[in-house]
Amino acid sequence: MIQRTPLYDSHLAAHGRIVNFADWEMPINYGSQIEEHHAVRQDAGMFDVSHMLAIDLTGGESQAFLRHLLANDVAKLTVPGKALYSCLLQEDGGVIDDLIVYFFTPTHYRIVVNAGTAEKDLGWMQLQAADFAVSLKPRRDLAMIAVQGPQARERFWTAFPASRVTSEALVPFQAAEWNDWLIARTGYTGEDGFEIAVPATAAAAVWEKLVAAGIRPCGLGARDTLRLEAGMNLYGQDMDETQNPLESGLTWTVDFKDASRDFIGKSALAGRRDAGNLRSFLGLVLLDKGVLRAHQKVVTAQGAGEITSGSFSPTLNQSIALARLPGGVAAGDLVEVAVRDKLLRAKVVKPTFVRHGKSLI
Amino acid sequence: MNIPADLKYTQSHEWVKQEADGTVTIGITDHAQEALGDIVFLELPEPGLMVKVGEECAVVESVKAASDIYAPLAGEVVARNEDAMGAPESVNQDAYAAWLFRLKPANPADLSLLLDAAAYEKVATE
Repeated sequence: MIQRTPLYDSHLAAHGRIVNFADWEMPINYGSQIEEHHAVRQDAGMFDVSHMLAIDLTGGESQAFLRHLLANDVAKLTVPGKALYSCLLQEDGGVIDDLIVYFFTPTHYRIVVNAGTAEKDLGWMQLQAADFAVSLKPRRDLAMIAVQGPQARERFWTAFPASRVTSEALVPFQAAEWNDWLIARTGYTGEDGFEIAVPATAAAAVWEKLVAAGIRPCGLGARDTLRLEAGMNLYGQDMDETQNPLESGLTWTVDFKDASRDFIGKSALAGRRDAGNLRSFLGLVLLDKGVLRAHQKVVTAQGAGEITSGSFSPTLNQSIALARLPGGVAAGDLVEVAVRDKLLRAKVVKPTFVRHGKSLI
Repeated sequence: MNIPADLKYTQSHEWVKQEADGTVTIGITDHAQEALGDIVFLELPEPGLMVKVGEECAVVESVKAASDIYAPLAGEVVARNEDAMGAPESVNQDAYAAWLFRLKPANPADLSLLLDAAAYEKVATE
C-alpha cells in the first residue's frame, strides 16, 4: 500500500518531484538535488523523515530488553535524552535494520527505525518482547523533520525562539522534550542540526515556519549524497540480513565489553570475529572520470570486492563510494573498478569523505 | 513541455536534428534531462565509430543513475560535443543546445521513421 506522510501536500506545493521510496510517496528533490546538497553543507536544509517509524518502549524491563535486542549496549546511556546508534541483528549476525534509540529513563526509551523495514522490525521486536515486561507502541501519530547544516540550529531557533532554552544545551546525540515535541541533536548528513518529532497534525505548520526561517526543503536525493559523503551506511544497500556489522564498517556499534550480556547475534559475531580474515568496509574515491555505482566490481591485489553505495559527491566534485573489499585492503591502496567495459582507477580511503563542510580525503 | 516542432524524436527520449550537410545531431530531450536530474558525467562515442540503429552508444550519468543513449539511426559518428563533456550540467540548462554527438546516417531516408513532436509528446506524457 502506498503511503503519504503528513507533509505530502507541502511537498507538492513546493514542486517536489515525488517518487516511490519503500512504498512511501516522497520528494526526491524540489528542482536540483545538487543545490539542495550544497544548502545543507553551507547553510541549512530540511528533510521530511516522517516515513521512518518512532516506537516508544516502556515497562519495568525496558533496559534488559534492549540489552538483549540490540548489538550496541544501552547501559551506556545514563543521561536523559542521550541516544545510541545500533544494529538490530538476527541470531546469525545478519542485520535486520539499523536504528537510533533514545534513553529517557530505564523504563522509557524511544526507538526510530527505517521506513522500509518498520513492519518487519516491529514484528521482530514484539516476538522478542514476549519474555520481558515491556510494551512497544508505534507512533504513526508523529511527523519527523531533520533540519541540518551549519546554520540549522540558528534558523530553527529563529522559527521557534521559545525552544532555544530547552535545545541549546543539547550535545550531539542528545534529545530533549519540548511541550509535545522531541528535539534531538542528531542527523544523517555529517552536519550539525536537529531531528524533531512533532504531532502529525502540527507538521505542515511547523514546516512552513522553518521555510520562512530560510531553511531549504531537500529531497531524498540530497539526503543520499550527504550521508554517503559523511560515510554513513544505508540499510538495504550497505548492509542487510545477508551481511554482518563486522564486515559493514559497523564494528564500533557492536559492544562485546560486558561479558555477561547476551545479545541476539552475539555468538555468531564472536565466532566470525575469532575466525579472522574479515572483509574490509572502506571508501573509494574515483581518480578517473565517471560515476561509481552500487554493485560494480572492485579489482584489488587481494581479490575482488563490490561497491555497496556509489554516487557523485557534490562537495568533492568527483565520484565516491562505499565498498566491501577483501581483508588486507587498506586506506591508501590503489584499486580498479569495472564500469561498463572499462576499468577505472580509484583510491581506497577511510569512509568519511566530508564532515562539517570540509573534505577529509 | 518543451518539445521543439522542428526536431525528430525517439521512444527512448533522444532528439534528432537534420543538418544542412546531411548529418544529424543527437541529444536528449528536456523531458529526459528533467527526469534524470543533475547530470554530472557524459560518456560520448568517438568519431569514426559505426553504430547500428538502437545500439547503446553513449551514457548520460546523473547523480541519481546512469542512463544509456541509443543510436536513433545507423551510421558513422562524425563528431561529439567536447564542450558538453567538460560541462555536463549544460544538458540540464538547455537540453536542445547541449547536443551529444553527430552521425552521418547510412540511410538518410530513415529519418522519416522517427517520431514527430506531436507523437513524442504522447510518449513523454505516458
